Amino acid sequence: MSVRHALLALLSEGPKYGLQLRQEFESGTGEIWPLNIGQVYTTLQRLERDGLIESDEPEREGPQKGFRITESGSAELSAWLSTPPDMTSPPRDELVIKVLSALRVPGVNVHDVIQIHRRYLVELMQQWTRLKEDEAEFDLQFALVVDAELFRLDAVVRWLDTADGRLKRAALESHTQPAMPRLARRLVVRR
Amino acid sequence: MSFLELRRVSKSYGEGATEVHALSDINLSVERGSLVAVMGPSGSGKSTLLTIAGSLEEPTDGEVLIDGAALQTMSRNDKARLRRRTIGYVFQDFNLLAGLTAVENVSLPLELDGVQARKAHAAGMAALEELGLADRATHYPDELSGGERQRVAIARAVVGERHLLLADEPSGALDSTNGEAVMRMILAACKQGVAAVVVTHDAQLASWADRVVFLRDGRVVDQTVPPPTPESLLEPSPQTSKR
Repeated sequence: MSVRHALLALLSEGPKYGLQLRQEFESGTGEIWPLNIGQVYTTLQRLERDGLIESDEPEREGPQKGFRITESGSAELSAWLSTPPDMTSPPRDELVIKVLSALRVPGVNVHDVIQIHRRYLVELMQQWTRLKEDEAEFDLQFALVVDAELFRLDAVVRWLDTADGRLKRAALESHTQPAMPRLARRLVVRR
Repeated sequence: MSFLELRRVSKSYGEGATEVHALSDINLSVERGSLVAVMGPSGSGKSTLLTIAGSLEEPTDGEVLIDGAALQTMSRNDKARLRRRTIGYVFQDFNLLAGLTAVENVSLPLELDGVQARKAHAAGMAALEELGLADRATHYPDELSGGERQRVAIARAVVGERHLLLADEPSGALDSTNGEAVMRMILAACKQGVAAVVVTHDAQLASWADRVVFLRDGRVVDQTVPPPTPESLLEPSPQTSKR
């Protein structure tokens, strides 16, 4: 997550103090991502060094030092907003590796392994949904963050469901070794 | 006491070599005020489970109790009355009658049960109002959006004194915001004492439930344990709590 750009976004609304930026960052993300104050100052210093923000009080330090966004800061912010994050290479997904590994371990039923993870994910989703049910109507930003988390977990559950179905079909169609281990080997090599 | 209880329910179709076991040895109980989701892939027996719980189909083995009364000991008339008075159904494709307005669709089960037309209409209006649809009451189903049609279907399922709500993929082809609205309505009905069962393959819908039961090949293979307080999600994890 880019704290740097999130701070620029907050400063695009008008000049602000360091302490205020931290508070607004946390409330603006539904307080899901706590931010430590040291991280705020380090980031502000770097932004100032890079000419993306400036201060009227260059000598002053600490929570009361005010900042505003510069023209190049605004340009940097709008470029960042419309640049898609890099999602080209698959992330190192531990769950995918666990399921692929389960296929190779004698005496392990991969469907049981899948169900353990499915249940855990659905339980997590229940908790997020409960939060949304309780609070989301009052806080739009919080609802957006919870939605993002629910969709992320949901995608993993869907993958598990698909894997479950695909493995079942593969087992019905042939009793020979499924083609999975080759893929597993390639993934393992890449790590 | 459970309002709906399935005891060792099995269902098979066909005989001998062609026999198919749709459900095997299902135990499930749902209290009033609680929402249970049944999750499973297509063909896992979810819809069969729901039709048996709703007395639309008979189990091959085992028994179904609604409010303590065993369905198998009831006459056909008793079961029909139970379906009209106690059980509300919500289906994926809404199943509204095209020739009736929204309020007529909602009040129909009451009228079929012998409630005076004017009283049934008033109850229908009240149910629609509660779901924010009062201004659509005189519209026909084809004049309503998908989300509105499903809200009408939910109003019809909870109108009167229904205590058991059975829903089969209730968000159907609705987008996720409308799907969420559907689950909020079902949850609101539960808070008023309804026992609800929602069958779905969708984890986001299922996550609204108090308990999620996982069905595979006609068997309950697992279920969620009641989650700890959701606040635990907001406590900083060790990596983020540096402040």
